Amino acid sequence: MRVALFVPCYVDQFYPKVAIATLHLLTRLGVEVEFPAGQTCCGQPMANGGFEDYTKRCNRNFVQQFQGYDYIVSPSGSCVLHVKDHLHDDTNETAATTIRQRVYELCEFLTDVLKVDNLDARFKGKVALHQGCHGQRGLQLGSPSERMLPFFSKPLQLLQMVQGVEIVPLNRGDECCGFGGTFCVTEEAVSVAMGNSKLNDYRQNGAEVLTGTDMSCLMHQEGLIKRQQLPIRVMHIAEILAGTT
Amino acid sequence: MSFTHHSHPDAAKDFVQNTERMKWHDEALWFVRAKRDRIAHTVPDWEELRNQASAIKQHTLSNLDVYLQQFEEQAIAHGVQVHWAADAREHNEIVLKLLNQVGAKKIVKSKSMLTEECHLNPWLEQHGIEVVDTDLGERIVQLRKEPPSHIVLPAIHIKKEEVGELFHEFLGTEEGASDPQYLTNAAREHLRQKFLAADAAITGVNFAIAETGGFVVCTNEGNADLGAHLAKMHIACMGIEKVIPKTADLGVFLRLLARSATGQAITTYSSHFLKPAQGTEMHIVIVDNGRTTQLGREAFRNSLKCIRCGACMNTCPVYRRSGGHSYHNAVAGPIGAILAPNIDMKEYADLPFASTLCGSCSDVCPVKIDIHNQLYQWRQELTREGYAPAGKKMAMKMMGNVLASPKKYSFSGKLARKLLKWFPKLSVNGRLNPWGRQRDLPDVPEQSFREWYQQQSSQKQSR
Repeated sequence: MRVALFVPCYVDQFYPKVAIATLHLLTRLGVEVEFPAGQTCCGQPMANGGFEDYTKRCNRNFVQQFQGYDYIVSPSGSCVLHVKDHLHDDTNETAATTIRQRVYELCEFLTDVLKVDNLDARFKGKVALHQGCHGQRGLQLGSPSERMLPFFSKPLQLLQMVQGVEIVPLNRGDECCGFGGTFCVTEEAVSVAMGNSKLNDYRQNGAEVLTGTDMSCLMHQEGLIKRQQLPIRVMHIAEILAGTT
Repeated sequence: MSFTHHSHPDAAKDFVQNTERMKWHDEALWFVRAKRDRIAHTVPDWEELRNQASAIKQHTLSNLDVYLQQFEEQAIAHGVQVHWAADAREHNEIVLKLLNQVGAKKIVKSKSMLTEECHLNPWLEQHGIEVVDTDLGERIVQLRKEPPSHIVLPAIHIKKEEVGELFHEFLGTEEGASDPQYLTNAAREHLRQKFLAADAAITGVNFAIAETGGFVVCTNEGNADLGAHLAKMHIACMGIEKVIPKTADLGVFLRLLARSATGQAITTYSSHFLKPAQGTEMHIVIVDNGRTTQLGREAFRNSLKCIRCGACMNTCPVYRRSGGHSYHNAVAGPIGAILAPNIDMKEYADLPFASTLCGSCSDVCPVKIDIHNQLYQWRQELTREGYAPAGKKMAMKMMGNVLASPKKYSFSGKLARKLLKWFPKLSVNGRLNPWGRQRDLPDVPEQSFREWYQQQSSQKQSR
């Protein structure tokens, strides 16, 4: 099984610890992971901004870097969803199609491919899980609250395997945090208002740690937490599942 | 009756500034969303019902010409007069002509988003006709000279205290009174007089049934019934997408509509109209106003499945915090944001960007419109058509260049991290940077992941 690690650009640059935790976690589960060195970005920032046309060469690079692997795994629901929905390359569409089918968000790779039912990990704390929208609704990592489906959540299922983790219930379990890519600056007022609603929810329910599948949502909320000096620690789910801290 | 802002971010900023109102608005609509969730959970096969509704609408849109003609034939056979309008202006002219024919000067109107879309009220007022909106929420915004802010809950942005002040001024209620029961009674007295004096009644149409030529109007206040049955003339205005094939299809839509809209099992009144009573006239105005253009846009066609329940507004985390007026269009929220650019790309180029693409709208939609995908597609369309700001275009082009090349990307990443480290925190987290006004930036690491990874690999090799 050839597995490639896809590290979102902003994680690479600002949160290397998240990628390191992902690598350690996968290695510990017996997966041999390769990091294609020439990878850059999935192209989502341009595409969501309305400039899909400017992602062509970025996409081509992505296809070159990730073709030939059995699985492509990434610690981000949002970037994976973008690849799944929008990766095309008119010079190599066959490879692009294969990649779209083989790209996995970390949690779903663990639950659906590796079928992990036991994690040798410990983490003590009251944890709030932020279900990033692209993972939750786009990749269906969990049952969205709008749909009348039996409840499930892949990230939650994994967190419950970590000894010592106490999950806190939330008032609005899968409400968007307001990051939204460029939305967070073009619609700063609403973005911040949405983020603050999330923080109130965590505080009302006594969360000490905030986690999630997407560092982008967490970066936005961490920005607010730090500015307001709130006693909430922010960690990517890979860090908790790796049990490294 | 116009909007103060024509940019969603500017209007939203104003709405958010009044923190107390914003929070209350968010909670009021979340309450409705939660009520919808509870009642939808009681319907077995809710998701299957959505599939059915979507399939019926999809089928109807693909055979729209057939069903509209069938509807017209059946309606005419019952003695109803049918009129066709290509656009808003034609619609307004037809309505005015009909009213003038019988010398109608006083009109009562029940809720119709189509007549809002066509700006019928100001048109009739210009021509010396009094129009009274009889839906309580609509009457409130009409007295305030404001457009509705929500298609189902038109006055959801207004507090009861403000309604009290308004009614004190216009209806002579006691000063400072804000008891909803008291205020509603006052509105009822006021509206009863209007109903009794009306020369004609205008209503919308929720569902027009091709098989029978009848149509259904759903209200909670019975105001459509009262108006239509008391006046000598009933004019029902509908968009071409309101037609459904059969009476039996109502069983699907009526079960979904009110549950999705307000969390009720069904609207208090589902009024079925078939033919005019003796001595009265019944007219139906069927309006295109851009709908056939939308039908021709493949990516956006299925937005015409919309049954105007407002569920996407109630669930939208942006709408709940920016208020309906921030969309500067008759239909606000996510559905408004995919309908409006079809009519005027320039005026509404901001709307598809007023979203985080969280997808809640698509999941809540009773007829399964892929609203968030269409928002994404509108962004591409608007950019292609040249409606993106020049600065943004340049920035995106540069970003595209950097991210296409692993070398440029590594270099820029390193540079960005260094710059962030060197510059004092204040300037990065300062007021000029929209990220930094209320948020800190992440701590900058010494190494990127790829640098760390390379170091690890070379250490392994040298061992």
